[in-house]
Amino acid sequence: MHEKELLPHLFRTEYRKIIAVLVRHYGFEHFSIAEDITSDTFLIAAETWGLKGLPENPVAWLYTVAKNKSRDLLRRNAVFREKLKPALKAESQELPETDIDLSEKNINDSQLQMMFALSDPILPIESQVALTLRILCGFGIEEIADAFLTNKETINKRLSRGKEKLRSAGTKIILPASGEINQRIDAVLTSLYLLFNEGYYSSSGNNVLRKDLCLEAMRLTGLLTENEVTDKPRVDALLALMCYHASRFDARTDESGEIIPYEKQNIELWNEELISTGHFYLNKASRGKELSRYHLEAGIAYWHTIKNDSTEKWENILQLYNQLLCVVYSPVSALNRTYALSKIRGKQAAITEAEKLGLTKNHFYHVLLGYLYEGTDAGKAKAHLNQALLLANTETEKNGIRKQLDKI
Amino acid sequence: MNEFLLIFRSDFKSAAVQPSPEQLQHIMKEWQNWIGSIAAQNKLVNSGNRLSTEGKVVKPGEVVTNGPYVEMKEVIGGYTIIRADSMEEAAEISKSCPILTVGGNVEVRTIIPMTP
Repeated sequence: MHEKELLPHLFRTEYRKIIAVLVRHYGFEHFSIAEDITSDTFLIAAETWGLKGLPENPVAWLYTVAKNKSRDLLRRNAVFREKLKPALKAESQELPETDIDLSEKNINDSQLQMMFALSDPILPIESQVALTLRILCGFGIEEIADAFLTNKETINKRLSRGKEKLRSAGTKIILPASGEINQRIDAVLTSLYLLFNEGYYSSSGNNVLRKDLCLEAMRLTGLLTENEVTDKPRVDALLALMCYHASRFDARTDESGEIIPYEKQNIELWNEELISTGHFYLNKASRGKELSRYHLEAGIAYWHTIKNDSTEKWENILQLYNQLLCVVYSPVSALNRTYALSKIRGKQAAITEAEKLGLTKNHFYHVLLGYLYEGTDAGKAKAHLNQALLLANTETEKNGIRKQLDKI
Repeated sequence: MNEFLLIFRSDFKSAAVQPSPEQLQHIMKEWQNWIGSIAAQNKLVNSGNRLSTEGKVVKPGEVVTNGPYVEMKEVIGGYTIIRADSMEEAAEISKSCPILTVGGNVEVRTIIPMTP
């Protein structure tokens, strides 16, 4: 790899490892120390490599610098403690005096423990996701802002408030006791699922970034499956679900970034490898009796990997949505269930069901009814699509609705 | 919004008239679609349970009889809890309960929350 590409690449892959290890080493109370050491390390790399060329092993080089930086800090801290502290009488927090450990095992452990710490329920979910992107995925502030369709100031505020909360709550960066894992892991999975969805459904025009978000969510979920303490069936189910969705990533947008609906996708562009990885994890998720929402959603996603319409396919999807809605209600599931029903019972029966849903403020509701009335009542179909157009949030969505309107 | 208990009653079926596996599967689907339809309206509180036909009735004076029923008719087969704006709405929802197609009925009762 060329020098100019190498540093950004290493920044992407190594920043998150070093920062996770350092934050865990120093604790949330010394968050800024960890951040300073990590950024300094990359700054020094940029300067030195620019002048002297690349070292033989750039990764090891980065780790050594991070280690030395942290040793320097300890030395300064010792001086401070001996000479200044008695005078100041300040009870400043002690720093751990051991070397930082950048072995692969400790990197993995740190990232795993960090996932649990960042899913602390004291944090609002958007802070959880932002901090996850920063610390566990090594995303820049600008990228996070781009993903959330907001500005850098908002993200900076979100991050610093989140860090402050973790600090004042004294959140420990450890794996929960094995008895608590089952309970705590749900928060981790929620945060990872949100991260994935942020990439999959976000209306950010940056396609590369969106795919990155999905891949990062999958990588972190993968970390959970690789550790026997955290490898629960529902973790495998979530990973299967992500694989199935991600398999359509290249097929679901056109060159201009507009969404291509499922029925119109080029099946050639579906990623077979991800589909079979999905099968692998769904099988693995089926051990034992656990049936989580992720199992049901993965089941639905599984049937969507079969392109051909059949009664069997839609009957299964309908039953899975029935079960899913009993476990957890969401407007999207309610609408998708109604769509599945239309595939089996016909559009008229689905209209009756749809009109019971009470989702008149949801633009997807009107998109669905627009589709269901298409072919039998053009007037009603148009009225619903126009209503959807008024309620839709993004240009991409509006364009999709306009296309549907043009067809009528 | 109030919560309502739906009690499903139907005649006791002897083993001789039990449905075939195919019929059973069909009945199950009907139930799942009905419950799913309630859940899709965000009106399902608890999908409830089915009840076995076995049971005992305990009466004063240490009298214990077999069977939860006086007659073979109208045995409680299960229950579900839903939420609805009114008794009328709860009754309306119950009109599409699959038990009605096999000669059973649904008893709709308003739940009065216990104040601690």
